[in-house]
Amino acid sequence: MTRLAARTPLQGLLSLTVGDQTVTEADCGFMTSIAPWRGQDAALSEALKAAHGMSAPGPGRITGREGARAIWFGQRMILLAGPAPDPSLAAHAALTDQSDAWAVARLQGPQAREVLMRLTPIDLRDGVFKNGHTARTDLRHMMASITRLGGQSYQIMVFRAFAQTLAHDLQVAMEGVAARHEG
Amino acid sequence: MRITCPVCGERDRREFHYKGDAVALNRPDPDAGDAAWDDYIHTRDNPAGETRDLWYHETGCAAWIVVTRNTVSHEVLDTRLASDVVRGAGKRGGGVRK
Repeated sequence: MTRLAARTPLQGLLSLTVGDQTVTEADCGFMTSIAPWRGQDAALSEALKAAHGMSAPGPGRITGREGARAIWFGQRMILLAGPAPDPSLAAHAALTDQSDAWAVARLQGPQAREVLMRLTPIDLRDGVFKNGHTARTDLRHMMASITRLGGQSYQIMVFRAFAQTLAHDLQVAMEGVAARHEG
Repeated sequence: MRITCPVCGERDRREFHYKGDAVALNRPDPDAGDAAWDDYIHTRDNPAGETRDLWYHETGCAAWIVVTRNTVSHEVLDTRLASDVVRGAGKRGGGVRK
């Protein structure tokens, strides 16, 4: 019988340190997109709070904590990352399992922002893209979700089918930044 | 060119996909007659000046946006969610009116 082994999207592709920056794959556990029914946004937020301890994030924001996070994921769309979704949420929103659908990378380092600046057109300056801010944007022509988790730490998500491209683009950008900071 | 998404704020044009004239929001009734349907499907103005288009925030939040812009100066005059325009609310107008 064929032996099947589960692989994470970035397995063998991305565990890399170049210069002062490190990028690794993040295991977010369950990932579920939550699209509230019309007029159910407030009720959904309450249900999310009761079931998972976090309210629904507004546009460009995240709520929760490491291991159980709600990430704003587009117009009237939230991504719950970590726990399996509580069935009570289904009364207020369409829930879709995304667990295997997205490649999730964490980029860290003092020049992490410079690396990202080479890949995406959004304004990443401290006063604009702060800790806890998130954006759906373009990352080298890929539809991406970029979240600032800390001063020097970003989470980057693209469709799983783009995992290899993401790994490649991150490496090239990291090498470029490292070269610029040498000597 | 920068477009202000009513949801995400000001973003680079490369995040958006251009659909065409916002006339698509004014679909005639099924029994409106051949002339109205012919007009809706085929007839477009090509103004040197202010125009109203539908854009899709493709690599952003996936919102459909009605963008009022000037084809001569490339100035973006107003942006609002197509869903709000259809419902007549037209709220949350983004865009920088200079």
